Amino acid sequence: MVKFQNISKEYPPKTIALDNVSFEVRDKEFVSIAGRSGAGKTTLLKLLLAEESPTRGKVFFRDQDVHLIPRDKLPELRQRIGSVFQDYKLLPSKTAFENVAYVLEVIGASDEEILRDVAEVLDIVGLTDRADNYPAELSGGERQRVAIARALIHRPEVILADEPTGNLDPYHTLDIIRLLLNINELGTTVILATHGREIINRLGKRVITLENGKVIKDEEKGKFII
Amino acid sequence: MFKRIFHLGWQNFTQDGGLVAATIFILVVTISVITSLFLFKDVSQFVLESLQDKADISVYFKEDASEDKILRVKDKIEDVPEVKSVNYVSKDKALAEFTLRHSEDPLLMEALEEVGMNPFLASLNIKAFEASQYVSLVDFLEGSSFSGLIEKVDYYERKPVIERIFSLTSGLYWLGIGFSLLLVVIAFLVAFNTIRLTIYSCREEVKIQRLVGASNWFIRGPFIVQGVLCGLFAGISSFFLFFLFSWLLGSKAEVLFSGLNLFVFFVSNIGWILLLQLVSGIGLGVVSSLIAVRRYLEV
Repeated sequence: MVKFQNISKEYPPKTIALDNVSFEVRDKEFVSIAGRSGAGKTTLLKLLLAEESPTRGKVFFRDQDVHLIPRDKLPELRQRIGSVFQDYKLLPSKTAFENVAYVLEVIGASDEEILRDVAEVLDIVGLTDRADNYPAELSGGERQRVAIARALIHRPEVILADEPTGNLDPYHTLDIIRLLLNINELGTTVILATHGREIINRLGKRVITLENGKVIKDEEKGKFII
Repeated sequence: MFKRIFHLGWQNFTQDGGLVAATIFILVVTISVITSLFLFKDVSQFVLESLQDKADISVYFKEDASEDKILRVKDKIEDVPEVKSVNYVSKDKALAEFTLRHSEDPLLMEALEEVGMNPFLASLNIKAFEASQYVSLVDFLEGSSFSGLIEKVDYYERKPVIERIFSLTSGLYWLGIGFSLLLVVIAFLVAFNTIRLTIYSCREEVKIQRLVGASNWFIRGPFIVQGVLCGLFAGISSFFLFFLFSWLLGSKAEVLFSGLNLFVFFVSNIGWILLLQLVSGIGLGVVSSLIAVRRYLEV
């Protein structure tokens, strides 16, 4: 489904974020990308979203090289991917409901579909009673759940979660990880980038470990080794 | 989809109260500058023309020149291409005008009575299109077949005044054009930068919208709607502002503008002014939004 092929990413003047990285993610898989801060985890996800371009190598999504997609066609790729960011990236001037609804508006869903689906997803993430609150009025955990609801709402083929628990306390961290596992069980591929030892050891899923931009380990039911 | 984009634009417009108010204020200032220049162009044209109208020369005819002959001369002069207008002033009319002008000056009136006859000569007042044309006009008069009828031409006495009027009006005209262009450029830059700053404050939102899959037009659309709404409100506000000012100043400013009533001028051009204000407001809003949002769509 997703394939990174000999990917290298360098930032001038001499920073090497990724160095000849290759791996593949299969349909319905739950893959954790582990590594210290600066190991290249976020860069990998940015490359898949075509937010950045690789210095060398190719990134495929469903056999399509994402960096050959013209800029005006990128929204179509991004509509097939759900993204969750460490800093939530919610629209501050919109309520929780509007933030989630925005993605459906983008894809041209009808008003009835929006009302029905957003209510349903907010219920799944446990935020029905916070629907009319703005991001600034929500706690970190609640904001991240809104971000997950937004990533889920349009039933994407894959969810990219970049340090989704980075700003959360242990209680909320567990909450978010459980939510991602549930989503995966329902058939959505999840790629989770994290440096949380506890999270990875608890998951018991495939772990790809990055160090200094290189893949140093890729194992099914892996553990945090750094 | 259009309804949704309009709704998002309206939402931005109503939510960003402070920024929207600042943008509308700057747009009102810009539209006011543009409208003033539009008015200035016509008003200054009117004032310059009325100033130029004060420049003329008079040809005085000898006592024995009959009215018939003078009128024939008038016809000939009117055929000269440089001549804008010729006005015949008979002896009686000259006396009547003098009496009317100086009726409150007893000394002059007594002097006139003592003369016991009409001391004025019949004359033709000639206006040319350009100051430089008066010399050739005088040459034409002095070299013509009817030069024997002419007592005197007062060109040489009036020459410095005529030349000053024409050089002043042409100087004012070019100064006006240069100043207007400068003001328009400044006003456009100020308005554009205000809208750019408004959109700059939304750059993170634009980036997020791109990352969650919104197309460029879905992101641009609400900004354009917001630009249209700001321009519309600014245009309407400017219209009422000018209506009020021209109504208040209309008759009072007549002395300044050689008898031109600003309010009458405003009302007679009301359609053009409203169109100019709406088009410049909405145009500025839309174009500035389009240019400003473009750089944040690179993600």
